[in-house]
Amino acid sequence: MKNLAYTLVGIVFGITMTKSEAISWYRIIEMFRFESFHMYGIIGVAVVLSALLLFILKRKKFKTLEGGFVEHKGMELRPKRHILAGSIFGLGWALLGACPGPIYVLIGNGFLIMGVVLIGAVFGTYLYGLWMDKLPH
Amino acid sequence: MLPKNTLLLNVQDIGLWELLTGPWHWAFSGFMITLVLFLLVWMGKSFGVSSSFRDLCNLAGAGKKVPYFKFDIKEEYWRLSFVFGAIIGGFIAFHFMQSPNPVDISVETRNYLVTLGMSYPESDLSGQGFVPTELFNFSSWKGILLALAGGILVGFGTRYGKGCTSGHAITGLAHLQLPSLITVIGFFIGGLIMTHFILPYLIVL
Repeated sequence: MKNLAYTLVGIVFGITMTKSEAISWYRIIEMFRFESFHMYGIIGVAVVLSALLLFILKRKKFKTLEGGFVEHKGMELRPKRHILAGSIFGLGWALLGACPGPIYVLIGNGFLIMGVVLIGAVFGTYLYGLWMDKLPH
Repeated sequence: MLPKNTLLLNVQDIGLWELLTGPWHWAFSGFMITLVLFLLVWMGKSFGVSSSFRDLCNLAGAGKKVPYFKFDIKEEYWRLSFVFGAIIGGFIAFHFMQSPNPVDISVETRNYLVTLGMSYPESDLSGQGFVPTELFNFSSWKGILLALAGGILVGFGTRYGKGCTSGHAITGLAHLQLPSLITVIGFFIGGLIMTHFILPYLIVL
């Protein structure tokens, strides 16, 4: 039953991604060519509002439904890794015009070819797990 | 009675439903993403989509071979439920909330695509302005391989970097995390290289 709540939030997310056009390949190429404010507006508003919200939630010691406080498990600062890993993801993001969220949302929109993308993404994740000891971290 | 009825119809014509089914303003979209983030945080979780690929590896049995995929999948049922919802949300938006107008990209971007001989939202109806069907399709090896290659880059890059747009560009930045900021700069390095130096060649391939 509890997982149904997460599914409902996912539905809101899927509708938001579609209606905001953030799932559009054309919106992503437009963003990387700096020819529209649209995507920067979406991400910018989301980041600023979320930052304010999280700041207040932490300050007011807001309790989550699971009983804990709002916190973020930060990761170790490893600039080389962040840049390298981020760039690999960026190559895929700009090619597909879709990051992980939109991959799922596009499948729901009826683009079955995105199922191939999902298989690729799962395989890419598997490759990371397979090679992680040999990669610079 | 008739004029009153007409008035009512007119009010409905420009009503809430039309606002919701038309393309959303970026500010409202950003607000809705924040709402999603809040709901997940309230439920004790954090907003991150790409970890679901690791869950799918676990479900596919990768844990038997690679320790990285060996964990208690029950802890991740919430995330799988969330991405399942994202698929349903896309289905609902497609079937019941479809926008009457094509995705309204900028004139500069459209002209650029035309010079490359690419489709744009008005010219590729089957793509709904979302997916360029000449790049990603089942009817050619190129269409399948590009989809697969893009997926591999996204899957590998997100796990190596421990997050994607939702985890780093939104959650991480909103928590003022320096590693997330550097990762997002990486997203743009890769994205700019692909868009400006690789994609033009892939399109004409």
